[in-house]
Amino acid sequence: MYKGGKIIASLIIFAALFTIPFFYNMGKVNAGPDVALDTPAIQQLSDKQCVESPEFMRANHMKLLNQWREEAVRNGQTVYINSQGKEYPISLQDTCLKCHANGSASKVALSNPASSTTGVSNPAINESPEFCASCHDYSAVKPKCWSCHFEPKEAAK
Amino acid sequence: MKVLYSFITVIVLIIVASIGASIANLHYVFGIIIPYLAFIMFVGGFIYRVVKWGRSPVPFRIPTTIGQQKSLPWIKQNKIENPSSAFGVIVRMAMEVLLFRSLFRNTKTELREGQNGPELSYGSAKWLWLGSLFFHWSFLIIIVRHLRFFMDPVPFLVQAFESVDGILQIGLPAIYLTDVFILIAVTFLFCRRLVVPQVRYISLPADFFPLFMIMSIAGTGILMRYFFKVDLVAVKELAIGLATFQPVLPTDIGPMFFIHIFLVSILFAYFPMSKLMHMGGIFMSPTRNMMNNSRMVRHINPWNYDVEVHTYEHYEDEFRDKMKKAGLPVEKE
Repeated sequence: MYKGGKIIASLIIFAALFTIPFFYNMGKVNAGPDVALDTPAIQQLSDKQCVESPEFMRANHMKLLNQWREEAVRNGQTVYINSQGKEYPISLQDTCLKCHANGSASKVALSNPASSTTGVSNPAINESPEFCASCHDYSAVKPKCWSCHFEPKEAAK
Repeated sequence: MKVLYSFITVIVLIIVASIGASIANLHYVFGIIIPYLAFIMFVGGFIYRVVKWGRSPVPFRIPTTIGQQKSLPWIKQNKIENPSSAFGVIVRMAMEVLLFRSLFRNTKTELREGQNGPELSYGSAKWLWLGSLFFHWSFLIIIVRHLRFFMDPVPFLVQAFESVDGILQIGLPAIYLTDVFILIAVTFLFCRRLVVPQVRYISLPADFFPLFMIMSIAGTGILMRYFFKVDLVAVKELAIGLATFQPVLPTDIGPMFFIHIFLVSILFAYFPMSKLMHMGGIFMSPTRNMMNNSRMVRHINPWNYDVEVHTYEHYEDEFRDKMKKAGLPVEKE
């Protein structure tokens, strides 16, 4: 081979670039996110059902939240009727976070999420409640909710 | 016709993937086996092609130049366009690979009506360069963004790319700029092949097929992100499973995902045997990657034969007696 050294070195770099994920994840266990679905609020529910089916929520929750925002803020509509005809108040605090928050500390941890330190390893996302963070951290999606929905630091003191 | 042929091929592939997605028993094949095979074919085929190219001899310097060669000391050399040092070559290659320098110099030739009949005229043509630049850079950023599915925890660099890409924060999930750019660019590159008669004439099914594939891949990706949502966490579990060689097959990933991953696999498997190999080939362009030092260094063709030479002295030694008899003059007695 002519200029074999350079070509082989380049090919090694090429192979290394394309196998980064294999080396990066080497020896790790494919654990997936640990989603807390047994918060006290959920345990007290008789019918353990979110506003829509879990499959729908997993894929579409962000669209639903967007729709809710539009309904509540722009159209003044505060009641959501789900696909089963059941009514829910359109509220982040009173509907979503009522269940998806961790116990007694939840109110503080939620309204001032920056104080929550548990279960969040990604500094970019550590402003979200644990329930959101578990998946959002896993797939590196930063929710924009908490850039508006937060309690001022003065109030937390 | 050539367009239709490629188009139908891609449609058939999409139908195959849809069938695979609708039969749960086939998910293992479409989600795990085919991606692995495609990856092996891609890396293996790529290396094979490059090694094969590397074995072809390049004995002489054949750079194409657009600048003054290194010459007498008072003549200013263009050190990048006509490099005589390794550094110059590296800069030239970087400009070629990252900014498509050659394409920037693309010209168009036209016959125009002049005063004395038609005149040949040349003009700059930057649209192809601009379209390619947007297309390739979008593609690269999209690939880097996809690493978030294959790496856990997601490295900062990948997240940075993503937040810059989604900087407009339109809609939810936020629109990625590269998604828009790649669709516009690939449509432009496609239309160019249809509309410009000369380009249309030289376009082959092998030119249209990758375009349709990339269109469909970008299309399914965009549909999956913004419209027919899939369970992203399940997708990532599958991807991490592939990357850790502990494949898992989560249930309930949407069908759009299987179409997407199948088309990507086919594109990757097809890559080494197609024109897409220009990704590796650009680094091996002999007209770009050599320094122009033919006047400073003597390059000897390494596989020159040792030519058997029969010199006059040998000839005379052999025939001296006969030459003398015939009365011919000889140099040595």
